Amino acid sequence: MDINDLRGLSTLFLMITFIGMCFWAYSSKRKKTFDEAANLPFADEELNQRTIQEEVKNG
Amino acid sequence: MSELNSALEHPTYNYKVVRQFAVMTVVWGIVGMLVGVLIAAQLAWPALNFDLPYLHFGRLRPLHTNAVIFAFGGCALFCTSYYIVQRTCQTRLVSDKLAAITFWGWQLVIVAAAVTLPLGMTSSKEYAELEWPIDILIAVVWILYAIVFFGTIMKRKTSHIYVANWFLGAFILAVAILHIINSLAIPVSMTKSYSIYAGTVDAMVQWWYGHNAVGFFLTAGFLGMMYYFVPKQAERPVYSYRLSIVHFWALVAVYIWAGPHHLHYTALPDWAQSLGMVMSIILLAPSWGGMINGMMTLSGAWHKLRTDPILRFMVVSLSFYGMSTFEGPMMAIKTVNALSHYTDWTIGHVHSGALGWVAMISIGCLYHLIPILFGKERMYSTDLINTHFWMATIGTVLYIASMWVNGILQGLMWRAYNQDGTLTYSFVESLEASYAGYVVRVIGGAIFFSGMLIMAYNLYMTSRSDVVSQPAPAAASAA
Repeated sequence: MDINDLRGLSTLFLMITFIGMCFWAYSSKRKKTFDEAANLPFADEELNQRTIQEEVKNG
Repeated sequence: MSELNSALEHPTYNYKVVRQFAVMTVVWGIVGMLVGVLIAAQLAWPALNFDLPYLHFGRLRPLHTNAVIFAFGGCALFCTSYYIVQRTCQTRLVSDKLAAITFWGWQLVIVAAAVTLPLGMTSSKEYAELEWPIDILIAVVWILYAIVFFGTIMKRKTSHIYVANWFLGAFILAVAILHIINSLAIPVSMTKSYSIYAGTVDAMVQWWYGHNAVGFFLTAGFLGMMYYFVPKQAERPVYSYRLSIVHFWALVAVYIWAGPHHLHYTALPDWAQSLGMVMSIILLAPSWGGMINGMMTLSGAWHKLRTDPILRFMVVSLSFYGMSTFEGPMMAIKTVNALSHYTDWTIGHVHSGALGWVAMISIGCLYHLIPILFGKERMYSTDLINTHFWMATIGTVLYIASMWVNGILQGLMWRAYNQDGTLTYSFVESLEASYAGYVVRVIGGAIFFSGMLIMAYNLYMTSRSDVVSQPAPAAASAA
């Protein structure tokens, strides 16, 4: 076993990490959380409106 | 005291710094692209350098690249990242003061670049030409930027960190590392320094930096924009949030390795060249994953493209992104690179990404953002956005098509041999053959530049509180 075995194994390790990540991202357990997260850009209209009103008030 | 309490109970966002960066994005876009048009014209009509050293192509070219990448692109990234991080974390920036320092600091960097580069002060590292005092200023501003951005994420009111922030965070972190490592140098005077790297190592560090400036500054950062503003403008969440996670990790893991494709057939060890080539080809997958994710966000809302030129900007920018991230891996293949390298094809490829993707997604996002920042319903004139859209598209197509033709022509002429082994064409013959392409490029670039002037007018009219926006075309046709 020399350094090149380690280099070869690192490819395998990265491959496993990638596949693992795909399973993690696509598992049905996380679907609800991700759906919520995907809607984050639409969840803060109140704060945006308040900022705009404050800015108009303060010129 | 009561004011303080109300600020705590009813927090607001910091739109001031976002607005400042938005305005400067347009200003620096105009300046940077004007320099671009000038140097494009110099290549067609060399007398346009007026025999002045300050207007020499070799000095203005880095000014153009620095201005469009770091001034125009940089301001667009500061602007949108400060906006996105506040809105998706539902909290104000962690420090208004630090944010203001990053604004003024970044403007100072840009002005310093605009002064020193025409004077001929350069470290001669591509996309990192600025001399060491400015490099240190960049590093300081960038670290403050990281503190503001990540500090805001840390005090977020939401449990999840929205995917756009992942891309923007990766961009900020990677650029800090790239800039500091690549700029390490030994100063010999206030205006001159020498890189601590030498020879092949210098070349490899340079293109590790150079390609990741593309990968993180011009890609990851702008993908962050895409993941927020495309859903916002289309009024529907991103097509697949799961795909966006896979997209993120795959992109940041692979981009870092692609740099050696800039050094094919050089003194760089062969294995490193091949590694760079393979990683560049793999890069096609995450790139297209992201493009598909952005495009498909519009599925079921394609009709909006008919009436909404802002969405058109975004979708066309994604098309150019898809095109150039296909072209890039192809050009990274050694045999293709043997034809394309050192020709205008490279410049065409860069501008397909820079004009088509980076500029057009930024412009689209700004048209979405500017009315909000000035408390208006919409931009002053939607018709002018539409005009700008067509000018940008036609300008980009003329630019890249002329450079493709020139590039392939040059590549073929340079490699043509006679039977006795001598070169068929001299260099100047290939230059002469390129002339028509250079003229078309000036025309394309000038059209794109003129579109930016229209944008500036539209921005100015939107910013005036005494001017009412023209009715939206959709409403007009309904009435």
